[in-house]
Amino acid sequence: MRQGLIRDLTLGLLGLALLLVLPAVFPHPSLRDFLIYVIAYGLLAMSLNLLVGLTGLVSFGHAAYFATGAYIFGLLMQSGSVSIPLAMLAALAGTALLALVIGAICVRLKEIYFSFITLAFQMFIHSIILTWVDLTGGDQGLRGGIPRPPFLGIDLGQPGTLYIFCAVVFVLCLLLMRQVWQSPFGYTLRMIRDNPTRASFLGVNVVRMKLGVFVLAGTMASMAGIIMALFVSGAFPEFGFWTTSGEAIFMIMLGGTQVFLGPVIGAFLLQLLNHYVTIYTHHHGLVLGILILAIVLGLRRGVADYVADWISERRRAAAPLGREEGAETAPPTPPAARKMVG
Amino acid sequence: MNLDVLAGCMTTAACAVTQVSTGLIVGMLLFLVASGLSLIFGVLGVVNFAHGVFYMLGAYFAFVTYEQTGSFLLALLAGASGAGLAGIVFERFFMSRVYGQDLLMQLLVCYAAILICDDLVKIIFGADYKLMGMPESFATAPVELAGGFIPGYYIFMLAMALGVGAALWLGINRTRLGKIIRALAINPQMVGALGINTRLLYAGVFGLGCLLAGLAGALAAPVRTLTPGMGLSVLIESFIVTVIGGMGSIPGALIAAILIGLTRAFGAIGFPLFVDGLMFALMGLVLILRPSGLLGAKVS
Repeated sequence: MRQGLIRDLTLGLLGLALLLVLPAVFPHPSLRDFLIYVIAYGLLAMSLNLLVGLTGLVSFGHAAYFATGAYIFGLLMQSGSVSIPLAMLAALAGTALLALVIGAICVRLKEIYFSFITLAFQMFIHSIILTWVDLTGGDQGLRGGIPRPPFLGIDLGQPGTLYIFCAVVFVLCLLLMRQVWQSPFGYTLRMIRDNPTRASFLGVNVVRMKLGVFVLAGTMASMAGIIMALFVSGAFPEFGFWTTSGEAIFMIMLGGTQVFLGPVIGAFLLQLLNHYVTIYTHHHGLVLGILILAIVLGLRRGVADYVADWISERRRAAAPLGREEGAETAPPTPPAARKMVG
Repeated sequence: MNLDVLAGCMTTAACAVTQVSTGLIVGMLLFLVASGLSLIFGVLGVVNFAHGVFYMLGAYFAFVTYEQTGSFLLALLAGASGAGLAGIVFERFFMSRVYGQDLLMQLLVCYAAILICDDLVKIIFGADYKLMGMPESFATAPVELAGGFIPGYYIFMLAMALGVGAALWLGINRTRLGKIIRALAINPQMVGALGINTRLLYAGVFGLGCLLAGLAGALAAPVRTLTPGMGLSVLIESFIVTVIGGMGSIPGALIAAILIGLTRAFGAIGFPLFVDGLMFALMGLVLILRPSGLLGAKVS
C-alpha cells in the first residue's frame, strides 16, 4: 500500500511536470486553452468513471454536478464577498449536498432505472437553470464574467497562473481518486459491481457504499465545473444539458473503463476530434454519432480496452507453446460479459 | 406561487374544465410515447433512450405529408408508419447488435442515434421552428362544457389515444400473437424452440413501440411547434411516466400519464416556475413508497 502511494505520488508529480512544461515548450495560447478543456472534461469523465467503471452504475446525468459546481462558484464570486478558495469549498459542499439528496433516491434503483433517473434529475436541474432567470440568467448563462480577485499572492487573472492552478488542482483530484480506486472502499465497490448479492451477504451496506461513491463522484464533477467556470469566466446551461453527460460517457468509452487514466485519454481524444470536426462542418452531431456507432458496433468495447486486449492477445501468440498454459492468465473478459441486461 | 389563483381555478367549473382537458391531452401524448417505451422494455428488456427520436420523426413525417397532400388522415398514417419503419430499421441494424451487452453500449448506440437523427432533421427540414396548423376538418367551434371550452381536436386526440391504448391492451392480453409476445418476454429460448421467428417478433415489437411514439408525434404536430430535438422533453416525461406507472405495465402508464398531465396543467397555474419540480417530486414520492411503480411488477 505504502509503496503504491509513493509510486502514485511520483507519477502524479511527473504528470504535473508534463502539464506545466508542455505550454512552456510550445508557447501557443491555443494549446493552453486546449489543455484546460482536456483537464476540465477529463476530470468530469474520471469522476463519472468512479460510478461507471468502478461501481457499475451507468449514470447518464453526471453533468448536473458539473453545472451545479460551476453555477454555485460563479454566483458566489459574482456576489463579490468571498475569496476564490472559499467559493470553491462552498461550491463543492453545495454540490455534495445535492448529490446526497439525488443519490439517496437514485442508488436504490438498478441498471437501466438508475440511468434514466439520473438523466431525469439532470434535466430537472437544467430546467431550473433555464427558468430561474433572475438568479442564473436563463439561457444566456451567467454573464458579466466571474471576477478572479488575487488570494494568498496568487492572481488567477493571469492566464499562465490560471493554467498552473488548474493543472495542480487536476493532479490533486486525480491522486485523491487514485487513492479511492486502490482503497478497501474501492475494492468493496468492485465487489458490488460484480456481485451485489454476495456483497450484501458479506455484510456490506450496498446502498450506503453506492451513495458514498455517488457523492464523491458528484463532488469531483463539480470541481471540473469550477475549473471550467474559472476558465471561461461564466457558466452556461449547456454545462448541465444531457449532451454533456453523453459526451462524458463517450469519453469513458473512448478511453476504456478499466484503465484508471483511461477517461483522461478519452477526453483528450474527444477534444482533439471536436477541434477538427468543428473546423470542417456544422453538423458536429452527425459526425460524432456515426463515429460512436462505428466504435460501438465495430470494436464492441472501449478503444483503450480494445487496444489492451489486442496487446495481450499478441503476447499470448508470441509466447512459447509450452509455457502458454501455466504462465498466462485467462484472457481479459470485456466488461460486456459481466453484466447482462434483461 | 399563486395558490389563490389555483384554488380559484379549481373551484370554478369553466377553468377546471379547460385545465382538465389540457391536462388530459398532455397525458394522452405521454401515454402513447410511454406505452411504446414500456412495451419495448417489457418484451426486449432494453430501454430505448432514442425513443424521443421516433416521436420527432412522426411529427415531421406528418408535417410533410400534410403539406403535400392536405389530408390529415394520411399525415397521421405517414407519421405513425414512418416512425414504425424507422424503428424496425434501427432495431435490425443497430440495437439488435448490442442486446445482452453492457448497458454502456446500449446507451451509446441510442446517444449516437439521437445525435445523428437530430442533425439529419436539421439538414432535411431546417433548424427553424415549424408550425403545422390545425387541420380544416377540426377548425370547428370548440365544445362548451360547464362554461369551459374544449377544442374539437382535443376530443379527437383523447378518443384516438384511448382507442389505441385499448387495442394495444386487448392485442397483448387477448390474442394469440399477444400470447406469443408475452411468452417472448418471459422465455425467448423456449419461444424460439417452438419454431417461432423471435428475431422477426423482436423487430416487430420494437417497430410497434416506435409506431406508438410516431403516432403521438403526428397527433401532437397540429398543437405543438416542431423543432429538431423536440423529442427530448417528451422522452424525459415519458420516462417519468413509466417509472411512476411501473415499467412494462400499460394500464400503469395510462394512470401515470393522466396524473402527470393533470399535474402539469394545474401546476402551470399554481406554481408556473416549478412545474417540472412538481413532476419530479411526484416521481420521488412514488419511488420511495413503491420502488417498482404503481402497477409495476416487483423489480428483482
